Amino acid sequence: MNYFFALLAGLGFGLGLTVSGMVDPLIVLAFLDVAGEWDPSLAFVMGGALLVFTPSYQLVKNKMSQPLFDEKFYVPTTTAIDKPLIIGAVIFGLGWGISGICPGPAVANITGFEEKIFGFIVAMIIGMIAASRMKAAKTKITKG
Amino acid sequence: MNFIDPLIGGAILGASSLLLLIATGRIAGISGIVGNVLKRGANNGWRWMFLIGLILGPLLVAPSGYKLPEIDASWWVIIAGGLLVGFGSAYGSGCTSGHGICGMGRLSARSITAVVTFMVVAAVTVFVIRHIVGGA
Repeated sequence: MNYFFALLAGLGFGLGLTVSGMVDPLIVLAFLDVAGEWDPSLAFVMGGALLVFTPSYQLVKNKMSQPLFDEKFYVPTTTAIDKPLIIGAVIFGLGWGISGICPGPAVANITGFEEKIFGFIVAMIIGMIAASRMKAAKTKITKG
Repeated sequence: MNFIDPLIGGAILGASSLLLLIATGRIAGISGIVGNVLKRGANNGWRWMFLIGLILGPLLVAPSGYKLPEIDASWWVIIAGGLLVGFGSAYGSGCTSGHGICGMGRLSARSITAVVTFMVVAAVTVFVIRHIVGGA
């Protein structure tokens, strides 16, 4: 059942990103271009998502002790606003501002078969591997 | 400006994140899902299923006229953007989906900080590229 609902949620994500326009880097860049011909439409994507998720999360948190098909919730427990969080967000923002593409839309664009999307995904994967190696090396140093 | 489609699309994203949380207890963060699949750890089945859904989802609305875009950015933009987005999301533990929807929705101070940071940096980056370097 876990697999079925993960597939369903993934389908919903692909569908939602497409309908909302977030799959189009030009729309994303027009949203980020506040000093140009600003297109605020993507604010409604975030708004729509939070309108649904925020109140229902409070309900889930208060009423459910475990998810329907697993033993526990895998919600992040880290609360520290630390250096890696900020450094990561700055670098992510730089890449997002350059390209207008973030990980969800990159994957959702696969069936468009644009060669540059595959180039983006390969570069993104290399970036991810580099970051997790750097993080692992740092933890070793602090622990050792 | 069209805001109905973004609003509906956004609501579907929120509902999908909620569904994943209620059914499996997991957070719908795309960078985390991709990153964990790459590490080939245990319990990745649900992550693969989610990614398959994410890839096929757009096909469901293609008949209604929602087409995927042409990507005609330069290769320089694609490679630099991809490397930075991948590195930043893995190093900062999340991207637009994980921090943006689930984290902000949980009112996590960590995620709100991350989202404000990457939004501001992205807007400044676009400003520099389009209005300072580009001179437009």
